Amino acid sequence: MSEYVLETQNLGISFGGLKAVQGLDLKIKKNQIYGMVGPNGAGKTTVFNMLTGVYHPTTGKVFLCGEDITGKSQETINHKGIARTFQNIRLFNNMTVVRNVMVGLHNQKEYNSGFITSVLRLPKHFRVEKQMREKAKEILRIFDLEAERNNLSCNLPYGKQRKLEIARALATNPKLLLLDEPAAGMNPNETAELMETIRLIRDKFDITVLLIEHDMKFVSGLCDEVTVLNFGTVLAKGKTADALNDPEVIKAYIGG
Amino acid sequence: MIKQLKNVKWKHFVNYIVVGAALIVFAILRLVGEDVPRSTQFLLQNISIAMILAVSLNLVVGFLGELSLGHAGFMCVGAYLGGKIASLLEATLGNGPLTLLLSLVVGGLCAAVCGVIIGLPALRLKGDYLAIVTLAFGEIVKVIFQNAAPKVFGGTLGLPTPKYSRHELYIYGFALVLITLFVIQNLMRSRHGRAITAIRDNEIAARATGINITKYKLMAFTISAFFAGIAGVLFSYTQSSVQAVKFGYNYSIEILVMVVLGGMGNITGSLISATLITYLNTVLATKLEGDSAVLKDMVYAIILITIIIYRNAPGLKGFREKYNFKNLISKIHTKHHDPAYVKDDEAAWDRVPTKIHMDEILSVDVSVDVSKSTLTPDKPSKED
Repeated sequence: MSEYVLETQNLGISFGGLKAVQGLDLKIKKNQIYGMVGPNGAGKTTVFNMLTGVYHPTTGKVFLCGEDITGKSQETINHKGIARTFQNIRLFNNMTVVRNVMVGLHNQKEYNSGFITSVLRLPKHFRVEKQMREKAKEILRIFDLEAERNNLSCNLPYGKQRKLEIARALATNPKLLLLDEPAAGMNPNETAELMETIRLIRDKFDITVLLIEHDMKFVSGLCDEVTVLNFGTVLAKGKTADALNDPEVIKAYIGG
Repeated sequence: MIKQLKNVKWKHFVNYIVVGAALIVFAILRLVGEDVPRSTQFLLQNISIAMILAVSLNLVVGFLGELSLGHAGFMCVGAYLGGKIASLLEATLGNGPLTLLLSLVVGGLCAAVCGVIIGLPALRLKGDYLAIVTLAFGEIVKVIFQNAAPKVFGGTLGLPTPKYSRHELYIYGFALVLITLFVIQNLMRSRHGRAITAIRDNEIAARATGINITKYKLMAFTISAFFAGIAGVLFSYTQSSVQAVKFGYNYSIEILVMVVLGGMGNITGSLISATLITYLNTVLATKLEGDSAVLKDMVYAIILITIIIYRNAPGLKGFREKYNFKNLISKIHTKHHDPAYVKDDEAAWDRVPTKIHMDEILSVDVSVDVSKSTLTPDKPSKED
């Protein structure tokens, strides 16, 4: 077992001649909340896509708890323990809130019931469905969404949709949770609440969090360490306060 | 809450009840010896076949969200191979229900195998591309059965099929509709169905949530093909010989029309529109004779267009909502005649002022519990 939950070595990808990300070395310890910041187009989401197998990196390797997961499929990486949310919300819009979370529970061994069991509606099917529903409700309770569980997810307000996406990602029982701009479009109260919730789930589910965010108050309030990206390269990294006050970083953000 | 749950259950059982009731009525009539007229039997056979086809295609088009235009191709496989098996078995097993059952299973399985073979490469494609591939598959199958091995499949003359007593066939047809409903509805109400709907709603998110896309797409496609095969076998029994011409893309589109007309992902709708379209086709084909026969397609098309416009036209929205079947039922159940009563969605909006004057700064009160906030605004940061 490696010391780090997530480790990348010289991770990079190029699209044609464009080097979108290069030479990224991340080292994220267990139970850390790690931030990734950078101006628009810096390649932050591309890093997420490489970690979750949407893109296959052209250089470098990704290790999850010491296991090489470079180039594995998205499903496999999710089973190994990386779950994510998206910058533009991607919920299952025609499903109720509770069902969205139940899809997240789909792959866990204890909720496995075969095709025949489901079609013939054997007792096991009902037992498993009930357990899934209970577990989903339990997760929704953490996010204060239990009351809305039978609403269609597309009818939720924006902030709640973001929360639901995190809930669904959590339901897959990840070791590492990747949050892509979780506070985007939230008002200050919701943001504050979200910070509490992220800390809470880190402790309760014993997970590690890697997040992308533009809200610096959010990042400095929550993250232990950050990596700053600009034009696909690492500009600064280390303790949050130090990295964000690096003159290079300020220059990249403000210009000049 | 409880009312909602009750509605859900009711929705799932209404199909069984209606089809089951029809089945029981037909079976009793048959046992009493009171045969329905030959023409009605023929209509009922066709309706049951159309129902199986529409419900099974709805699994792929409505629930999985992929456009398949080759449903008649799978039906063709079932009709030819099931029909061939039936005529082979006829010599040893006689022409009874056992032969029918075996040929149904064989025909269904053969179509399912074709589903896997086509599905594995084709389901990597999306939208229009998949539609084109399935369309091509349907045409290829048709041509193969028409031309390959004329000694086995009868070539252009068609495959002669066993003459099963047609008096009972429509009863078996409705029994098969019931089985189709049972499998597909139960599948969609299980975790597997949830995965299939998740893929339709957002494939990227489903993948990131760990759903095995290939497995579930293939599952839906194969089951759909299986039931199309079964419908094909049933079809072969209703004919004196199976003609491949029948399974052209026109027929695939007709099945698709049933699904679209009934509503994507709406099984009850598929059953209703399958009945309606088959009935229309049969009635128009028999009633319009001589010169007016050319009007058949036109009348059919006009009716379809009218229904689609009625269902979608924005101008008719108020009318639709007023005379909606669901609303009429809920009006009987709930006694909300209070004019101030507004439905959940509209409620909040009715209280928001909608007239804004020039140069006016309007703010809408949002009640937020400020005490909950842990972030005090504009607090000097630690670095300062």
